[in-house]
Amino acid sequence: MQIARETLLQSYRAMRTIRAFEERLHVEFATGEIPGFVHLYCGEEASAVGVCAHLTDNDTIASTHRGHGHCIAKGVDVGGMMAEIYGRQTGVCRGKGGSMHIADLSKGMLGANGIVGGGPPLICGAALSHKTLKDNGVAIAFYGDGASNEGFTLESLNLASVWKLPAVFVVEDNGYGEATGASYACAGTQKDRAAGFGMPYMECDGTDFFSVYESAREAIDYARSGKGPVMLHVHLSRWYGHFEGDAMTYRVAGEVAEQKEHHDCLKHFRERVTSAGLLEATALDDIDAAVADEVESSVIAAKAAPWPEDSALMADVYVKY
Amino acid sequence: MSKKSFRQAINEALRQEMRRDPRVILMGEDVAGGRGGTSGVKDAWGGVLGVTKGLLTEFGEDRVLDTPISEASYIGAAAGAAATGLRPVAELMFVDFIGSCLDQVLNQAAKFRYMFGGKARTPMVIRAMYGAGFNAAAQHSQSLYPLFTHIPGLKVVIPSSPYEAKGLLIEAIRDDDPVIFLENKVMYDEEEDVPDESYTIPFGEANLTREGEDVTIVAIGRMVGMANEAADRLEKQGITCTVIDPRTTSPFDEDTILECVEETGRLVVVDESSPRCNMACDISALVAERAFGALKAPIVRVVPPHTPVPFSTPLEKLYMPSAEKIEAAVKNVMKQHAREVA
Ligand SMILES: Cc1ncc(C[n+]2csc(CCOP(=O)(O)OP(=O)(O)O)c2C)c(N)n1
Ligand SMILES: [Mg+2]
Repeated sequence: MQIARETLLQSYRAMRTIRAFEERLHVEFATGEIPGFVHLYCGEEASAVGVCAHLTDNDTIASTHRGHGHCIAKGVDVGGMMAEIYGRQTGVCRGKGGSMHIADLSKGMLGANGIVGGGPPLICGAALSHKTLKDNGVAIAFYGDGASNEGFTLESLNLASVWKLPAVFVVEDNGYGEATGASYACAGTQKDRAAGFGMPYMECDGTDFFSVYESAREAIDYARSGKGPVMLHVHLSRWYGHFEGDAMTYRVAGEVAEQKEHHDCLKHFRERVTSAGLLEATALDDIDAAVADEVESSVIAAKAAPWPEDSALMADVYVKY
Repeated sequence: MSKKSFRQAINEALRQEMRRDPRVILMGEDVAGGRGGTSGVKDAWGGVLGVTKGLLTEFGEDRVLDTPISEASYIGAAAGAAATGLRPVAELMFVDFIGSCLDQVLNQAAKFRYMFGGKARTPMVIRAMYGAGFNAAAQHSQSLYPLFTHIPGLKVVIPSSPYEAKGLLIEAIRDDDPVIFLENKVMYDEEEDVPDESYTIPFGEANLTREGEDVTIVAIGRMVGMANEAADRLEKQGITCTVIDPRTTSPFDEDTILECVEETGRLVVVDESSPRCNMACDISALVAERAFGALKAPIVRVVPPHTPVPFSTPLEKLYMPSAEKIEAAVKNVMKQHAREVA
C-alpha cells in the first residue's frame, strides 16, 4: 500500500518525539526533580503512532498510566506535556494531574489513566457519542495485557458489541503487567476473548510501524463504517522498567538489549523507507535534530515555568457549585 | 526489640502470623512478582514498595499468590475463602483501587455475618496504601477510611507508627471479621523500636501519645506524628496538649476522647481525608453531643479542602494538613477561649 510522504514524515516525527521525550524523562527522573510516578513508553512508539495516524482530532482515544506516547501521537502539545510532568502552571492540565493524567479533549485525548482498565469503559461512551451524534468519529481504547484482565475491560468488550459501537480495542501486549508475565496472568488468548464477544480480531507487530499502520487502518475503517467494534492485538516490548526505579529482575538479562538491537521501530522505519527510496536519510536526520531541539526546549521551559497559583487548589472541582 | 521500619514491622507481622497459622494466605498484584517473567527470578518485587518481600521464599506459591490485575475477583475470592476456612490477607496496593472492587467489600464481605443471621465468619484483611504527600495525584493519594468506616460490618485500622502497625496487623489477622488495614505510603521508611516477638494491640482502644492540659488533639494515622510535632512546639510556648491516636475508626473508642475533652475543654481534630463526612465530622459530632458542656471553645478541624488531591508539589502541600497548620489551629482554639474570658 502507498503511504503518503507527508504521513511517513509525520509518523517518523511522532515516533522520534516519543522516543526523545521518554529518554529525556528517564535522565531527568534520575536527578530527582520529577515528582510522582513516571511510566515510560520507549520501545512501543509504533503502536501509538501507527494507530493514531488514521485519526483526526474528531476521533477519541483513551490511554493508560503509560500514556505519554499516546498523547504525543494524538497531537498533544509536547511543551505542555513536559510542563505538566514537572507540575507547572503551564502544563496541559495546569499541573494538577501530572504524568498519569495528561489529557486534552480538544485533541480527542480522553486522558492517560491511573486506573488500570479505566479506559475501555470510557471508550464505549465516547464511541456512543460518535455514533449518536453521527460525527463519523471512532473511539480507541489503548490498554495493556495486564488491563485485559480487569472485569470492566471485559464488560466493555461485551457492551461495545451489544451496542455495535464504532470502537477499537487496542491491546498493547508487552508481556508484563508490572513484574508479572502475561503468560502467567492472562488465561486463554486475546483472540479467543475477541471471539467470545463476537468481534473481529487482528494482530500486528508493534515494533514495526508498517505492520501496525496496515492493521489499524483495516480495524479503524471497519469500526468507522458502522460494523461494530474490533480488537487489535499489538505485540511489543517495553524498554524501561514498569516505572522509573524498577530494576526489572523478572526479565532475562539481554531481553531489552535484544529488543533494542533487532526490534527498534525507529531503526526499522529508517531502513525500510530509505532502502525503498520513500524518504531520504537527510529528511530523517533533519527531523531527529528538530525533535532533539523541541524536547530540549520543553525541559528548559518546564523548569523555568511558574508553579500553579494557590488559588488553583480550589478551582475546577466542579463547573459550578 | 530492635529498630524497625514501618515496612519491616508489617512484613514481620505477616511472617509471624503465617508461621503460626497455615490458614493465613497472602494474595495481590505482585505481592511476590516475577511469575511468568523470562528470567525465572521469583519474588521479583515483594509488593510494589517491597513490603511483602521474602514471604514467598518462606511460604511458597500456595500461600503467597500473585493475582492477575482483577481486583473484583481476587478481593471477592478473599471474602469467599474467608467464609469457608482460610484467613486471607489481600493486598489492594493503593486504596484508590477499591473503586474496581467495592461491591465485594460493601455488599459481600461486610454483610455476610448480619445477613446470614450470625452464621458466617469472614476473617479477611485487606491491606492498602493511603494518603497524599507522594505526588501520586488524584487517583493514588486518597485517604478513604471514612468510606469504610461508614459500612457496618467492616473494621478499619489506621496504624500511626511501626510499633502500632505490627501489633494492629497481627490483631487484624486474628480477628474474625473483615478488616481494612490502611498503611500511609509516606511512612514506610519511618523507624522505631519494635519488639521481635509477636504481640497484639486490641481494636477500639485509643492510645494517648502524650497528655496535656490545654487542648485535646485527635489525629488519625500519619497525622498523629504531625500532631505530636505540633504539640512539641506548642509546649515550648506554654500550651500543653493531649494527643489521641484512635488506632481504629471502627470500632471506635469514644470514651477516651470524651474523657480527655472533659479535662481540656478544647478539641482539635486532624484528619487527612476529604472534609465532608470524614472522621473529623464524626468526632466533632460525638463531642458536640456528649461533651458540649465541657467545651470552652468551638471545635477546630484540620482537614484538607473538598477537592481531589492535586499533583503539583506546592498545591499538594497546600492541600495537606501539617504540623504548622495543627499548631495554628491549637493557638486558634486557645485564643477563642481567651476572648470569651476577657
Ligand atoms: C485498578 C488498578 N489496579 C492496579 C493498578 C496498579 N498498576 C499500575 S500499572 C499496572 C500494570 C499494568 O499492566 P498493563 O496493563 O500490561 O500495562 P503496562 O504497564 O504493561 O503498559 C498495575 C498493576 C492500577 N493502577 N489500577
Ligand atoms: Mg503490559
